[in-house]
Amino acid sequence: MDLATNYLGLRLKNPLVAGASPVSRDLDTVRALEDAGVAAIVLASLFQEEVDHQLAAHAHFAEFGAYSSPEALTYVPARDYTPRHPDAYLEHLRQAAGAVDVPVIASLNGATAGGWIEHARMIEEAGASAIELNVYHVAADPGRSAQQVEDLYVEVLRAVKNTVGIPVSMKLSPYFSSLAHFARRLDKEGVDGLVLFNRFYQPDIDLNELTVVPNLSLSAPHEMRLPLRWIAILDPLIEASLAASTGVYTSHDVLKLLMTGADAVMLVAVLLRHGPSIVADMLHGIEDWLHVNEYLSVHQLQGSMNHRACADPSAFERANYVKALQSYCG
Amino acid sequence: MRKRPLVTLDGNEAAAYVAHRLSDVIAIYPITPSSPMGEWADQWSAENRPNLWGTVPSVTEMQSEAGAAGAIHGALQTGALATTFTASQGLLLMIPNMYKIAGELTPTVFHVSARTLATHALSIFGDQSDVMSVRGTGFALLASGSVQEVLDNALIAHAATLEARVPFLHFFDGFRTSHEVMKIELLDDDDFRAMVDDRLVRAHRARAMNPERPVLRGTAQNPDVFFQAREAINPFYAACPDIVQTTMDRFARITGRAYHLFDYVGHPEAERVIVMMGSGAEAAHEAIDFLTARGERVGLVKIRLYRPFDGKRLVESLPKAVRTVAVLDRTKEPGSLGEPLYQDVLTALVEHAQTNGNRFDRLPRVIGGRYGLSSKEFTPAMVKGVLDEAATSNPKNHFSVGILDDVSHNSIAYDPTLHTESDDVVSAVFYGLGSDGTVGANKNSVKIIGEETESYTQGYFVYDSKKAGSVTVSHLRFGKRPIRSTYLVQQAHFVACHQPTFLDRLEMLDKVIRGGVFLLNTAEPADRVWSSLPREVQAQIVARELRFFVIDAYRVAKEAGMGGRINTIMQTCFFAISGVLPRDEAIEKIKGAIRKTYAAKGETVVAKNFAAVDQTLANLHEVRVPVSDVTGRSRPPTVSPEAPEFLRQVTARMIEGRGDELPVSAMPLDGTFSTATAQWEKRNIAQEVPVWDAETCIQCNKCVLVCPHAAIRAKAYPPDTLDAAPGTFKATAARGKEYVGLRYTLQVAPEDCTGCGLCVEICPAKNKRETRLKAINMAPQAPLREAERENYRFFLDLPELDRRTLKTGTVKGSQFLLPLFEYSGACAGCGETPYLKLMSQLFGDRAVIANATGCSSIYGGNLPTTPWTVNAQGQGPTWSNSLFEDAAEFGLGFRLAIDKQAEFARELLTRMRETIGDALVDAMLSADQSGDAGIMVQRERVAELKGRLAQLNTAEAMNLAAVADSLIGRSVWIVGGDGWAYDIGYGGLDHVLASGHNVNILVLDTEVYSNTGGQMSKATPCGAVAKFATAGKPSQKKDLGQMAMAYGNVYVASVAMGANDNHTVQTFVEAESFPGPSLILAYSHCIAHGINMRAGMKQQAAAVDCGHWLLYRFDPRRTATGLNPLQLDSHEPHLPLKAYMSSENRYQMLMQSDPKRAGDLMARTQDAIRERFREYARRAKTDGDGKAPAATPSTPPTHAVASAS
Repeated sequence: MDLATNYLGLRLKNPLVAGASPVSRDLDTVRALEDAGVAAIVLASLFQEEVDHQLAAHAHFAEFGAYSSPEALTYVPARDYTPRHPDAYLEHLRQAAGAVDVPVIASLNGATAGGWIEHARMIEEAGASAIELNVYHVAADPGRSAQQVEDLYVEVLRAVKNTVGIPVSMKLSPYFSSLAHFARRLDKEGVDGLVLFNRFYQPDIDLNELTVVPNLSLSAPHEMRLPLRWIAILDPLIEASLAASTGVYTSHDVLKLLMTGADAVMLVAVLLRHGPSIVADMLHGIEDWLHVNEYLSVHQLQGSMNHRACADPSAFERANYVKALQSYCG
Repeated sequence: MRKRPLVTLDGNEAAAYVAHRLSDVIAIYPITPSSPMGEWADQWSAENRPNLWGTVPSVTEMQSEAGAAGAIHGALQTGALATTFTASQGLLLMIPNMYKIAGELTPTVFHVSARTLATHALSIFGDQSDVMSVRGTGFALLASGSVQEVLDNALIAHAATLEARVPFLHFFDGFRTSHEVMKIELLDDDDFRAMVDDRLVRAHRARAMNPERPVLRGTAQNPDVFFQAREAINPFYAACPDIVQTTMDRFARITGRAYHLFDYVGHPEAERVIVMMGSGAEAAHEAIDFLTARGERVGLVKIRLYRPFDGKRLVESLPKAVRTVAVLDRTKEPGSLGEPLYQDVLTALVEHAQTNGNRFDRLPRVIGGRYGLSSKEFTPAMVKGVLDEAATSNPKNHFSVGILDDVSHNSIAYDPTLHTESDDVVSAVFYGLGSDGTVGANKNSVKIIGEETESYTQGYFVYDSKKAGSVTVSHLRFGKRPIRSTYLVQQAHFVACHQPTFLDRLEMLDKVIRGGVFLLNTAEPADRVWSSLPREVQAQIVARELRFFVIDAYRVAKEAGMGGRINTIMQTCFFAISGVLPRDEAIEKIKGAIRKTYAAKGETVVAKNFAAVDQTLANLHEVRVPVSDVTGRSRPPTVSPEAPEFLRQVTARMIEGRGDELPVSAMPLDGTFSTATAQWEKRNIAQEVPVWDAETCIQCNKCVLVCPHAAIRAKAYPPDTLDAAPGTFKATAARGKEYVGLRYTLQVAPEDCTGCGLCVEICPAKNKRETRLKAINMAPQAPLREAERENYRFFLDLPELDRRTLKTGTVKGSQFLLPLFEYSGACAGCGETPYLKLMSQLFGDRAVIANATGCSSIYGGNLPTTPWTVNAQGQGPTWSNSLFEDAAEFGLGFRLAIDKQAEFARELLTRMRETIGDALVDAMLSADQSGDAGIMVQRERVAELKGRLAQLNTAEAMNLAAVADSLIGRSVWIVGGDGWAYDIGYGGLDHVLASGHNVNILVLDTEVYSNTGGQMSKATPCGAVAKFATAGKPSQKKDLGQMAMAYGNVYVASVAMGANDNHTVQTFVEAESFPGPSLILAYSHCIAHGINMRAGMKQQAAAVDCGHWLLYRFDPRRTATGLNPLQLDSHEPHLPLKAYMSSENRYQMLMQSDPKRAGDLMARTQDAIRERFREYARRAKTDGDGKAPAATPSTPPTHAVASAS
């Protein structure tokens, strides 16, 4: 059975990719993922905000309280303790790329264009096969229009594309007014792939302290339907690769997403819950289903139920909602 | 001559640079002002920087300077090239080993930034009293007077000692030279190799103790031979001066800089010559050049090698025509015939005459004088004064210069208006706040100009003694020739005031030249600023015809994303206005320096600074000075007219920065000052202060407890006392059954608050409509100041609750007690002072405090004012500091004296029973003084007793009256930091714990030497970065509590106010009530931890939650009732250690820069924490008889302490 697929111009032996998550922070786990069968690994994100924050905090504390007392001109050694976060990330990337044969994709997570170029260049030099940009933006500013928000993404994309030669994908949130339009815009700007979708930390409230606390919950299986819809819609519209992320737990989830047009399927929650060994089971499941249903390759399956190819395209649009309600009521 | 790099260094770095290159073992211990030498050495070794022979020197911090000297002695004996750095009290602690090292003819160099010895007071500043105290040790004493000389003489000393086999002490004046930054020519490895003879190094190693060829050294000798053996060293001391001179000559051939044991400058036929050493000689050199250029026949001998003193060379250095030699000593030896240098010079001249020397027609008259104690300014004007005195027919001897001695009339007069700086020097003075980055920016400016232009540069920085809101004054000079002006700028071309509030507090324009520049940072726009200035400032600007510039630097900083850091902006202004460099070039160089400084910190930081530079020029405005309008308001008085006279006449001058003007008669004779003085020093340093929301407040008083400055207070009082309340005074019904019918007010002292925000952070009450608000919320101070000042004044006059009725063992109850520790100069958000304040509330009226040197002695006892205060009856803590190392012994001495006097008083009471009366005597002898009520009654009895005694005119009555106060219970407190308790003072602490005497020991554990800038102590946690532990401390924190509990008869507790405040209060009450030694270990968050100080109490909680810090009490009294003395008050750790460590920069630095090492240390620490908790939990469990399983000795080992034989 030919499970191979093409993602971001990279030939993958199968469509299962370990998505960006803490799973890949450990080198042994990276090796275990390859052993279990993943076709590519997206490393845990390098958080631009975190790097900036650490640098700023370091700069602050290096001078905090300094030159206020004749006895204590400073409070920290004069040695350079500049945070090594990017260095540590790059070193991990270097080691991971050297430890496995499958492509290793670096993930860069941030909210602004500044500083990305430098990090992107370093990531390329460290041996990443591709870069996944995770533009982390909550459009809470009432003074910024949808157009301006989209421009921010495009600006980041252009900056990084102009900097590196390796493929660049972009991980999007589902909260765009006109996702199809925006996806095509990114496609025209040369994005090599879109990853649908990222998950934001959602705030919670601590009733004892009356404080807002950030919270991240893992995706649930039913959430897979969101990328499923959008991949189905976008697949006929854009040249760039499409990867599904969110709510993928089973081989059947993977098959469905491939049918709607996914070139790759990101596994995150399932790996966090069950560990790398689940990959082998999923691959078996895919192969079995393809075999039983007499498919010859994944390629044959891909896009076969996208918006253009399926029997009822409107099912992916608003009518789908109505129908679902009816079926629920019925 | 070969070109060498020109660099900008201070004296400490210059000395450390040479010492590190030429040593392989370095023992260090922090002490101001020498600490940076050890810090540099430690850092360079941590960075694997090798010495001249290619190996990285081993650098080890010891527990004290005595320890460092011992380690160096040992290292030298076993063949190392060993060195150390110290000053002042540290040098005193080294003396025993110095005698040994010299007696054994061992080559070494100790680098000393000379500092005042503590006498009537401690002083961190510079003079040579410490160096003079070791002149009998046999060490050679080599003096440097400038940063370049420090570098050069350091090398000369290291080279000469190897040949001479005489150990060297290389010294330079503390602060004036150790901290002055100057452009100098660096020495390189070729210089080191040319100067240091490897054969001598090998010869030193060959003398080492070595089992392959064993020797016996350090013998005990008897009267038969000791004397002869002692004399055997003479040839080495005889040869030493020649060796040093030869070494100096070799140095001159290599570098072109020639030094001599005695360097003469001045007129070749000078009739009046000054002899002196150290930095003052540079000011004198400048004065001599100035005066000789005007034809005066005057000169100066700069002493380089003070010991061994080469009298012959001294005499030869003096011009033959000399008539009077004025010897200046930077030390004081009360009771001597004269200070040491004076006596040496006198002896040399007399010996010259006695040996028929004929250099002079007539033996010159020698006069001696003292100058510059504790960094007192020494200026060319004073030099001229000395020379003028020398010119009189009957010059004053044993004089002082630089002060007005109106008691002994020893001081000589001088004309302070004499200025000798050359015209081509540009001088600038900057007044800033410690927190605004002024000093850092000015150091940068000195570096920029020094290293990127041909100009010579000098930077010197003066700090006040406060840690929060401290004023810094930067003195910068730039010139075409080397700068010898080792004194503060007196003729400034440029004066900048970085804080508009200084206009009302400091005289800044009295030293600016006519036509100079005044730059003011102010929010007032250029067209309105004039009318906002005090009249005194307007008058100076007009009279001196100054150009006046303004900028709103805080606004520019905010807009550039720099927060409150205005350093880059003010630095840019200086370059833009002063013209020391062409403006465009200057801007380019500032940006270059910014990139260099901040590149590693990320582009964001660089970009913010660049934006600040660019926006500065657009916001800098010159003000048109209305010369006829000098009609502004007058400056407010420095202290209130209601303050006591001493405050108004003396303390106020110190606060104004004019303490130099005070005469000798203004000073107390024996270092004794009144307490209750900080209340008069209103500093107004808070940008924001807390504002109380009475409706939201639940009246828990937690904010009052945690306030480090006693600037937020609570009172419950009868409603009728509110009749005269100011209109904005807030009050509400008091909560709680004990306070029924009373009103409650939470009041802020707006002018004393530092704005730290600890109170807001700890406040548990939230506004139900708007949860971002609490019961107290920060608001800008300026609009509130006037009204809240009146409110606070009214509040203070409200009646206090009767302390006998309060539940003082609780947070709420204790915080209605009047604090007798208030408004200290500690850091904003200090973690130590809340504990001291609590102690003062509970026991302050009867407290006698022995305070180890450290932060608490500085914010507690550094002039001009003290936070220790008194209650309405005038009672309050009486406080003293002895030394760093002996606070426990000092405090024990208090206890012994108090107990003895009380015993004597009881004996006298018994003897005088008939006269005084049975009832009073019995009541006094059997008084229960275990609480406030008992103490108050006993006070009344003592008053009655004194009344009766006053009517008796017998010796016995008078003797009893003299000790009668000792019948009132005394609470002896021994206070210090972890550097004292865990390290330097541990021996004494241990002894006092073992003594069984009733003292209370409070260890304010910040886990570093905070006062000297955050050096590692044995309390520092594993994995934390600290100075002297730049790669993270590899060993676990010492468990001092465990060690103290081992005695069994000591009350031991570990508290963290931020984790459990009621536990803290309860512990203080228990500890004080324990009739034996009590030890409280108090976790104190600190600025050195790299935390947001506002969240300090949360950090304390996190330290406990993760198990790093335990809460427990070990009360030996419990054993009597069958209970386990140990109560573990901490919960099982439930916060991962990593979460706690990630929230403090001291750990983060390592986690980010060396994650692997950090991870290893963290894992080890996590294991250790787990094991420690398990052990404490095991010990706190009771077995069948209720005692601890690992029971410690139940009999107090009072007699276990034997005196040393």
